[in-house]
Amino acid sequence: MSANVAPYRNFEALRAGLIRRKMMDKVFVIIGLIVMLACLAILAILFIDLVRDGAPRFSWDFFTNFASRNAARAGILAAWVGTTLVMTVTAVCAVPVGVAAAIYLEEYAPKNWFTAVIEINVTNLAGVPSIVYGLLALGLFVYQFDLGQSIAAAGLTLALLILPIVIVATREAIRSVPNAIREAAYGLGATRWEVTKDHVLPYSTGGVLTGMILGLSRAIGETAPIITIGALSFIAFLPESPFKGEFPFISFAWLNDPFTVMPIQMFNWVSRPDQAFQSNAAAAGAILLGMTLLMNGMAIWIRYRFRKKINW
Amino acid sequence: MEVTTESANTSNAPARARQESPLQNDASSRQSGTPRISITVDDTRKVRTLNVKAAVDNLNFYYGQHRALKNLTIPIADKQVTALIGPSGCGKSTFLRCFNRMHDLQPDTRYEGSITLHPDNLNLVGSGVDPIEVRMRIGMVFQKPNPFPKSIFENVAYGLRLRGVRNRATLGEEVEKALRGAALWDEVKDRLQDSALALSGGQMQRLCIARALATTPEILLFDEPTSALDPIATAKIEELISTLRDQVTVLIVTHNMQQAARVSDYTAFMYLGELIEFDEAAKIFTNPSKKATEDYITGRYG
Repeated sequence: MSANVAPYRNFEALRAGLIRRKMMDKVFVIIGLIVMLACLAILAILFIDLVRDGAPRFSWDFFTNFASRNAARAGILAAWVGTTLVMTVTAVCAVPVGVAAAIYLEEYAPKNWFTAVIEINVTNLAGVPSIVYGLLALGLFVYQFDLGQSIAAAGLTLALLILPIVIVATREAIRSVPNAIREAAYGLGATRWEVTKDHVLPYSTGGVLTGMILGLSRAIGETAPIITIGALSFIAFLPESPFKGEFPFISFAWLNDPFTVMPIQMFNWVSRPDQAFQSNAAAAGAILLGMTLLMNGMAIWIRYRFRKKINW
Repeated sequence: MEVTTESANTSNAPARARQESPLQNDASSRQSGTPRISITVDDTRKVRTLNVKAAVDNLNFYYGQHRALKNLTIPIADKQVTALIGPSGCGKSTFLRCFNRMHDLQPDTRYEGSITLHPDNLNLVGSGVDPIEVRMRIGMVFQKPNPFPKSIFENVAYGLRLRGVRNRATLGEEVEKALRGAALWDEVKDRLQDSALALSGGQMQRLCIARALATTPEILLFDEPTSALDPIATAKIEELISTLRDQVTVLIVTHNMQQAARVSDYTAFMYLGELIEFDEAAKIFTNPSKKATEDYITGRYG
């Protein structure tokens, strides 16, 4: 070929360029893979390390014993019961409010500067440090509402904390429902509420549940706000049982009981000088991490199930 | 986001539109009964008069400041197929969506003029008229098949459920009737509980027609119902629309001139939000009176 052909019309030059371009493609894949594997490896090492350190403590007793001055007899009964109850309160408070707020913002609210400000604030709230929520809760729930250092106060605090997560995830899910579906329902004479309840919500359940679980798995590991509102770190009794032998079989007295949660129990053990407590902390950490992974796994599974059922 | 509408303002109607209007009635002649419209019966050239199902009178529609529809005056004949044709962006879909007040879902939209539904003289775009009531009387089939991700049965039954029908037997009967009406019954009768999303595109669109038919609408609106379908499915839908005229008044927007010629009894040609020509389909497609119409149907623009 003549030399005066422009490089971008010269096949030899183009082929050399193509090899270089494809190299970049491969380089990016390799970098991405390395970064991803590094992250996974760190998590795996952490988990394995916790399990190894805590291995001697894994036993039925560990789950059924209260905390104790004797490391070998100490268990996480109060902690996991407390975590379960606090998470229940959190879910019951955060999910309905969060879903309702998301529905309002997506389906009802007019698009003006006021809702724009609300939207920006909701997104920003997700980034507020959790200790700030703790301070707010201390002033509001513990003292103002006089809930004290109770399960209710902790549940409400964490609900506040995960509210933005639930709202953002729900809005995302609602937005993924095609407008054509809304038009179809409106076209048959449905009201806005009927469109929401019969179509938008059922079709976005997967996303809503995913958001809820991701929020809860964030809340389950939160320590700072719970410490701020003054949760006990050493507790040797359980909250009152929610289930009763006699009518009405359900009691809400536990809402006012003091409590501890897994991360606090862990924190308490880690800060002890006695080496034996370190393996307790490791075991509790492994269990907490396991709970979180389980919840995240559940979120993925739910999302998968719903995606399979509804593909637009 | 309900939008206020303004009722007919006939004083600023252009004289041309008034003269061409084949309608004798206006808002003041409530007692005068249903207006009539003439149609030439095929071959014999005999003229027959038909009832008008909806009389569009000086309809203007605004998106904010933008006037998308300009002084439309068109009679929609009862139990006939009226086609709206015109190049993209001419306002035919916008016009169609005035009939079931779909625009009310968007903020900052406004109607002027009237669409009078006969025989009960209801102004569909009147400010005092509930858009939900309008949508319960005027059905719509959309461009892209949009079945709900529910069972075939539930798709068709949904309109009836909205109207408070709870009885299983009644629902079953009505669903069968609607599916038969949409020529889909034989294909789906054994799998009514299957997901509607498992159907083919053409079947989905017929399901959407059945869904609209189930509530016996007075007018059925079609917004380019075959633009997302293959030719065979399109042929089935066209055949179906032709048979539907026995039970319901049909208004169809189409990009496909052959389709308009095949299925419609009346055709309106729109351009830039204005009605250029309205006439019997046979006349529009063989002997249009306006140059613009002729240019469009012969493919000179569009």
